[in-house]
Amino acid sequence: MSEDASLMRRSGLPARLRRVDPAVAIAFGCVLLLLLGGSIYSSNFLSPDYLLQQLKVASFLGVIATGMMMVILIGQIDLSVPWVVAAGAMMACAATAYGGVGSFLAIPFGILCGAVIGAVNGLAVAYLRIPSMIITLATNAVVQGLMVVYTGGFAPQDSASPAMRFLATGYVISPIPNGVLVWLVVGILAVFLLVRTTFGRSLYAIGNRERAAYMSGIDTRRITLLAFVISGALSALGGVLLAGYASKASQSMGDAYLLPSIAAVVLGGTHVLGGKGSYLGTVAGVILITLLQSILSVMQIEEAGRQLIYGVVIICMLLLYGRQKLV
Amino acid sequence: MKEIPHGEWRFWYAQHKGTLLAAVLFAVMFVIYVSNHPAGFTPNVVQTASNKAALLAFVAMAQCFVVITAGIDLSVGMILILCNCLASWLVVGTPFETALGVAAVLLTGLACGMLNGLIIIFGRLQPIVTTIATSAIFFGLALLLRPTPGGAVNETLADAFTSKLFGIIPASLVVLAATLLIFWVPFSRSILGRAAYAAGSAENAAYMSGMPIKRAKFASYALAGLMSAIGGLYLTFFSYTGEAAFASGNAYTLYSIAAVVLGGVSLAGGKGGAVGAVFGALAFRTIGDLLFVFDLDPLWQPLFQGVVLMLAISIGSMGLARVRNRLEWFQ
Repeated sequence: MSEDASLMRRSGLPARLRRVDPAVAIAFGCVLLLLLGGSIYSSNFLSPDYLLQQLKVASFLGVIATGMMMVILIGQIDLSVPWVVAAGAMMACAATAYGGVGSFLAIPFGILCGAVIGAVNGLAVAYLRIPSMIITLATNAVVQGLMVVYTGGFAPQDSASPAMRFLATGYVISPIPNGVLVWLVVGILAVFLLVRTTFGRSLYAIGNRERAAYMSGIDTRRITLLAFVISGALSALGGVLLAGYASKASQSMGDAYLLPSIAAVVLGGTHVLGGKGSYLGTVAGVILITLLQSILSVMQIEEAGRQLIYGVVIICMLLLYGRQKLV
Repeated sequence: MKEIPHGEWRFWYAQHKGTLLAAVLFAVMFVIYVSNHPAGFTPNVVQTASNKAALLAFVAMAQCFVVITAGIDLSVGMILILCNCLASWLVVGTPFETALGVAAVLLTGLACGMLNGLIIIFGRLQPIVTTIATSAIFFGLALLLRPTPGGAVNETLADAFTSKLFGIIPASLVVLAATLLIFWVPFSRSILGRAAYAAGSAENAAYMSGMPIKRAKFASYALAGLMSAIGGLYLTFFSYTGEAAFASGNAYTLYSIAAVVLGGVSLAGGKGGAVGAVFGALAFRTIGDLLFVFDLDPLWQPLFQGVVLMLAISIGSMGLARVRNRLEWFQ
C-alpha cells in the first residue's frame, strides 16, 4: 500500500508538471528573466510601486487581449481593434456632454458601441461567411470613417467623465489601481466562461474543427457571433479605460493596441489558428509585452531600437515554442 | 498561338472571373471619374490617377504573391516605408551612384521578403504573427534611417519615372505593366508558380505529389519583398523625401489586402492573380478620386472607402445562396 502511494506520489508530480503548458511556463519564465534583467539595470524594478504601475498599464492591454483571445480561439482574428478602441473612448466621452445622465451612462454607452461593431463583425463572419481578416478590416475602415466624420478630423472636445477617470486611475483598495481590478474581474469572467461554460467549450471546439463542432450540435454561428461581440465590447472597454487614463479620447489611440494584443495572445501559447490556449497564457503574454515595452523605455532606447528589439524578441520567443508541426 | 478548342472559354472564364470583375469594376469607376472630372479624359488626368494608384498597385501585387500560397504578409507596408527611407539616402548623385542606389533598395526589399520567407518556412511560424513581428523590425530600421522626414532623390530619374512617355502614356503604368510581365507572368507559369498555387489550394496533396512547396513559398515571400521595394522606390519618386511614417505604412498593408480582395484573389489561397490585384488596387484608389470629383467633403472619404470595401466583400458571400447542404458553410 505505502509503496503504491509513494509510487503514485512520485509519478504524480511529473504528471502535474507535464500538464503545465510549456508555452505558458516559458512565457512566465521570460517575465521573470525580464524582471531580473531590469533589476540588474535599476533596483526600482522589483519595488511594489513599479510592479503595480506596470500592472496598471498592462490592464488596458489585458482587457483588449481578453477579447482578442476569444476570437483567436475560434480561429478568427479581429483587426478592427484600433478603431473600436478609439470609438469606445470617443463615444463614452461624447456621452459626458449630455449632463448628469450622459455622464452616468458614459461607460455603458461606450461599451455598447463596441458591442454593436463587434456584432457587425460577428454577423458577417458567422452568417455571411466572410473571412474575419477582411470584414474586420472593413469595419475598422468604416468606424474610422464614422469617427472622422463625427469629430471633423480633430481630436474630440469632450473629456472623460469622473467615473471613467476613477475607473482607470482611482483606488478602491488602496495600493491596487482600479484598472487592475477591472482586468481582474474581466479575467475571472473570461476564465469562468472558457472553463466552466458550454460557450467556452464551444469556442475550443469550433477552433479545432468547425464542421465537427457543427455536426455535434453546437450552434457555431451563434457562438462565433458572441465571440465577436465580446471582443468588440472588451476593446471598447479598453478604450474607455484609456480615455479615463488620459482624461480624453484621441484619433489614433487604438493603433498601438492591435499588434500587442495579437502578440500577447499568441505569445501566451494560444494557437493562432484557434482551438488551443489558456487564459493564464494570455495574462503572461500581456505582462511580458508590457514589461518589455517598459524596460526598453526606461533604458531610454529610442523608438527605432524599441521596435527592432520588440520584433526580434517576439520572433525569438515564437521560435522557442510557437512552431507548427510539419506537413 | 495555340487555338482554344470549342467550349474551352468556359474554363478560361471560370479561372479569370475575379480578374475580369475587378477590371470591369475599375473601368466603370474610372469612366464615372473622368466623365465628371472638370478637365475630362486628358493625358494629365490619367497620369495623375495612375501615379496615385501605382503605389498601391505594387503593394497589392506583393500581397498577391503571398496570398495565393494561402499566406499573408502584413509587413508589405513597412517594407515599402523602409525602402522609401533607404532610397532617400541612396538614390542620389551621379547616374552610376543612382543606379547602385536603386539596386541596393531593391535588394533590401528582396532581403526583407526572404527574411519573412525563411522564418515562416524554416521556423514554421504562422505568417500573420511572423510578419507582424518583422514589420516592427522593418519599421525600426526605417526609423533609424529617417527619424524625421527628409532626404533627397535623383530628380531627373524621379521625374522620368513619373512623367508621360511620348506625352501620352504615364510612365508609372508602363513600369507597372513591365513589372507584371517580368515577374508575375514567368512566375505564374513556372513550376514554382504552379507549386505556389498548389500550396494555396491543397498543401498536403501538393507536398505528397512532390511539388517544390518550400521553394515556391520562399520565392513568393521574396518576390513580395521586391514588389514592395519597387513601391517604396516609387513613393520616393513622388515625394522626393523619405519618412518613417507608421500610419502610412499600416495603411498600405491594410489597403493591399483590400485591393487583393477586390481583385478577386481568394485569401484562402490558390485563386486569382496579380493582374486582378492590380485592377483591385486601381479600383480602390479610384474610390477616393470619385469623392473629389463629386465635391464631397474630404472628411467623408475614409467612411466612403470603408463602405465600398464592405459592400465589395459582401458581394463575395453571394455564393452562400447556392449552398444546398449546410455543411458546405464550413469548407
